[in-house]
Amino acid sequence: MRDFRFWGLLPAHVLMALTLIVPILIIVAVSFSTRGAYGGFEFTFTTDAYRQILFNEGWTGELEFNPQYLYIIGRTVLLACCTTFLCMALAFPIAYWITLQGHKARVILLFAVTLPFWVSMIVRVYAWLIILGNDGVIEKGLRLTGLVDDLPSLLFNNGAMLAGMVYSYIPLMILPVFASIEKLDPALIEASHDLHGSRWVTLRRIILPLCWPGLVAGAILVFVPCLGAVLEPVLLGGGKILMMGNLIQMQFGGARNWPFGASIAIVLMCLVMVFLLLNGLRATRKAMEEMA
Amino acid sequence: MIRAGTGPTRKGTDLETRKKAVEIRQVSKMFGTFQALETVSFDIYDNEFFTLLGPSGCGKTTLLRMIAGFEEPSTGQIVLHGNDIQALPPHKRRVNTVFQNYALFPHMTLEQNIAYALENLGWPKEMIRARVAEMLDLVHMSKFARRKPQQLSGGQRQRIALARALAPEPEVLLLDEPLSALDLKLRQAMREELRALQRQTGLTFVFVTHDQEEALDMSDRICVLGDGRIQQLGTPREVYEDPSNRFVAHFIGETNFFDVDVLSVEGDMARVRTPLGLDLTASQKHVAADQSRATLSLRPEKIGLEEQATGEILTGTVTSTNYLGGYTYYVIRVGEADIRVSRRNAMSHVPSLAEGATVRLGFLPESARVLGQ
Repeated sequence: MRDFRFWGLLPAHVLMALTLIVPILIIVAVSFSTRGAYGGFEFTFTTDAYRQILFNEGWTGELEFNPQYLYIIGRTVLLACCTTFLCMALAFPIAYWITLQGHKARVILLFAVTLPFWVSMIVRVYAWLIILGNDGVIEKGLRLTGLVDDLPSLLFNNGAMLAGMVYSYIPLMILPVFASIEKLDPALIEASHDLHGSRWVTLRRIILPLCWPGLVAGAILVFVPCLGAVLEPVLLGGGKILMMGNLIQMQFGGARNWPFGASIAIVLMCLVMVFLLLNGLRATRKAMEEMA
Repeated sequence: MIRAGTGPTRKGTDLETRKKAVEIRQVSKMFGTFQALETVSFDIYDNEFFTLLGPSGCGKTTLLRMIAGFEEPSTGQIVLHGNDIQALPPHKRRVNTVFQNYALFPHMTLEQNIAYALENLGWPKEMIRARVAEMLDLVHMSKFARRKPQQLSGGQRQRIALARALAPEPEVLLLDEPLSALDLKLRQAMREELRALQRQTGLTFVFVTHDQEEALDMSDRICVLGDGRIQQLGTPREVYEDPSNRFVAHFIGETNFFDVDVLSVEGDMARVRTPLGLDLTASQKHVAADQSRATLSLRPEKIGLEEQATGEILTGTVTSTNYLGGYTYYVIRVGEADIRVSRRNAMSHVPSLAEGATVRLGFLPESARVLGQ
């Protein structure tokens, strides 16, 4: 039995090691290396790459504080937070509405929610270029109403980027939220009304707290990939606003500074881990409370 | 507030002088094309333990949900203490419900569960605290105030559901099969507790059940529902002793039915001819004037065997015996008919009658009931 467990799981372990752990170790190694003269890297241990996140080297070799990259990190976290929040706010009513449908309609609607995943991410983001772009659907529509003449460009700004992000990641929120709402006992909602709770009170004090696990699961699923988003900032944000994902890509590409790119990637990974850890702690604390 | 012992005397009070708590006026309910409830009208009085009894699908839960406000009557109106509550959503009605599976909020402690309604009603904090403590005390659950519902047994959850529904001082308490999720012993204990609680609080209870024994045990009055109609409304004794029709006699208790011809009706007595060719004068309350065919109901416990046989005497053969501890049930074949008889074991110091034995059985004609249609 033990043997079987070892051999049975071996392929999974090998796969994990080769595709997850080894690459991460390589990235860590690169981040502590020196930049090669023509891109790439030379392995001579240094923490320069990490220092570069916070400090510039002046003409005379002195270090001066440079908040530029901190801004990018902060901006990335902010964008991820906004996206997560908007996804929550939009996904909850959508998921709730789906639970109210008949069995057949539900299956179809859930399939529709997952449908975008069948199409390439790039194609989907390009679709937004067409919707928001000059002579796009929205602009033409508005012009047809005759109310608006001269529109500022809808593309290449924070709004367009956010719209694209929410669009890309909202299915990851809808599915777990749907699952948690579906599990909700309708008798509890009736009991709340029976105990003089208005619709609003029932939503705030009964439905939302009981669906909270689903919202948290969805938030993690959305927040984590948002931190590393590359496509939306480039295509919809116009690449003018740098996010961590773009920064990393630039370092490995045009800037040819692999160690610096690797160090930012490690920082990004640590950020994700901090958020997951916080959530884990919260869950454990809650479980402890339940036990007590 | 608990008005322990200050309510009007319960039994024997003239119903007409009591205040009406709930009036069901010409209420009916359709679900699509399905008639869940035909037009019904009745009153529930203050301080009453009123039971809606019937098999599943008879419309009893629909009726309760309409009082609570979860369903809207298709026609008619529901009046609570003189006020038409038709337009009020559930959360504005001064009635509270004990749900079948209790529906306690799993993310709240017992205290929070009980305080919930009071907070929604905008009670001041100190009053809420006092009321919650009072309610926990009432159901003997003070020790568990900080627990969550998942940490309780079925009986304890039941008590908390009661406390939660009683806390906001409802004008009427609705109970939707609250005992059905409990095991037998606990169910019997909770019956006592429920009844005591109702006396202690002096509140009107509207209780829904499909369990006839529960209904007989606890109710002041029982409304027997079947096929979306009121079959009979009366005290437990009335519905058991004088069932209005075959449905009621069959649903409540065990009985023997005989199709009989009605020969004549005089007051509370009717002369009938049984299929065994016997002419009897049996009691009746519900036979219509022009009724020629009727059902005669004879309860198994009203028939005496052997030395206890009195009145009309018949002879038959025992075809089966079921020993049930306190009672033994016999099926006795008399002519073409199988007659069920129950005999208290303490009363007869003789051993069970053997199957195949020939026995004498007798009953007093006035203990048989001629039923209406």
